Amino acid sequence: MAILDVQHIEKHFGDTPVLKDISFSLEEGQALSIIGSSGSGKTTLLRCLNFLETPDNGVISVRGETLFDANDPDTKRESDIRKKRLHFGMVFQSFNLFPQYTALENVTLARQLMAKTEKTGESMESILAEGKALLERMGLSDRMENYPHQLSGGQQQRVAIARALAMKPDILCFDEPTSALDPELTGEVLKVIRGLALQHTTMIIVTHEMAFARDVADQVIFMDGGVIVEQGPARDVIDNPQQERTRHFLARYSQQ
Amino acid sequence: MFWTVTLSLLQGMGELLKIFFLTLLFSLPLGLVIAFALRSRCKPVSWLFNIIVWIIRGTPLMLQLIIIFYGPGKWFDNNIWGYFSDGRMAACVIAFVINYACYFAVIYKGGIESVPVGQREAGQVLGMTKSQIFFKVTLLQMVKRIVPPMSNEIITLVKDTSLARIIAIMELTKMGESFIKSKGITWPLFYTGVFYLALVGILTLLFNYIERKLSYFK
Repeated sequence: MAILDVQHIEKHFGDTPVLKDISFSLEEGQALSIIGSSGSGKTTLLRCLNFLETPDNGVISVRGETLFDANDPDTKRESDIRKKRLHFGMVFQSFNLFPQYTALENVTLARQLMAKTEKTGESMESILAEGKALLERMGLSDRMENYPHQLSGGQQQRVAIARALAMKPDILCFDEPTSALDPELTGEVLKVIRGLALQHTTMIIVTHEMAFARDVADQVIFMDGGVIVEQGPARDVIDNPQQERTRHFLARYSQQ
Repeated sequence: MFWTVTLSLLQGMGELLKIFFLTLLFSLPLGLVIAFALRSRCKPVSWLFNIIVWIIRGTPLMLQLIIIFYGPGKWFDNNIWGYFSDGRMAACVIAFVINYACYFAVIYKGGIESVPVGQREAGQVLGMTKSQIFFKVTLLQMVKRIVPPMSNEIITLVKDTSLARIIAIMELTKMGESFIKSKGITWPLFYTGVFYLALVGILTLLFNYIERKLSYFK
């Protein structure tokens, strides 16, 4: 069974349709890349999955559990949404690290708060140890006590990835994780994501890095004007697109 | 003579400090409540408080003091403030609290809005509750941003206490001035400046200290 199943998602901003009848599913351990030009609805789709936007229509299920159904008000309760969000992790384009906390504190804060409020019985020491291990995995062992403004963009984004992983999400979402980075810094972030893919982390990656999407993703979705134009295995879609609009988009990219 | 004057001015300083600290004690939290009301999604609430803030910021504090102190007796035949100095002080503090809470509210509102939306969203996707996001993520960033405008406002408050003389509170300026009538000397009035400067000096050091304390992040 697919870990994520998205059916008929629609979203309007005012009168402007942003997502039109979006349906796709994702298998556990796979990486899905969403490509497409700016304004095609990629980011809005990720934000819908993370409940930062509420779809006007459609159903979102994870592991067979319906998290959101536009026709079922029971699935829209504010108090439940907070817990449902934890199925998804989110890495933002602009990192959004908390500036007043160190790298390690950024990674452990939410877990520590949760241990306190939900009485999960987790000790602060084990949360801290896990946070340190995550930052080590990101190659940041010597940066744990640094504040975000003391880190480069690439390092900040790697802290943000560790922070998202700390919540043990079922599906990790990346919203153009390298778009705010200088070209020489994108490599270190892509390397980390590649590593996660090798360990079969279930991921959805919105990206403009076509070569990266082709190499790392199992599946690719090409979106344009709020619809899924083409989806399939990454190499098929990128090397051998079936739709004219996909070909056009990819041709423009390879020219750059 | 110098000691007599100094003692009187210290008394005036006492009244000044009473107004100053009581105003801060109540207006700092009240301002936050008004800031939330200004940002309320319920339109009537935000309109109402926008109008209140407009009226309070749009009229002189001196006029507000007069209305609050003399108003009840004049229009409702009910001088709720009594005839003693405690009543005057209560009326004065209420007028100051309302006035300053409105100014603080606007500063708080700006502070809240200046924290990028991404900070709140990052907290949300990590499963934090609304209050956790406010207290653990947004608040300190907001405090850092509002320290400079708040220090301006609080320093203005020190000097605005001199308006309390209009309802016959013997604050510092009124004390200094009283020597013109009683003794025919003007220097005590200028001497009051030393007291104001000392208090503002201490506050300036305090605010610099807070700014330094919060400079560890950007």
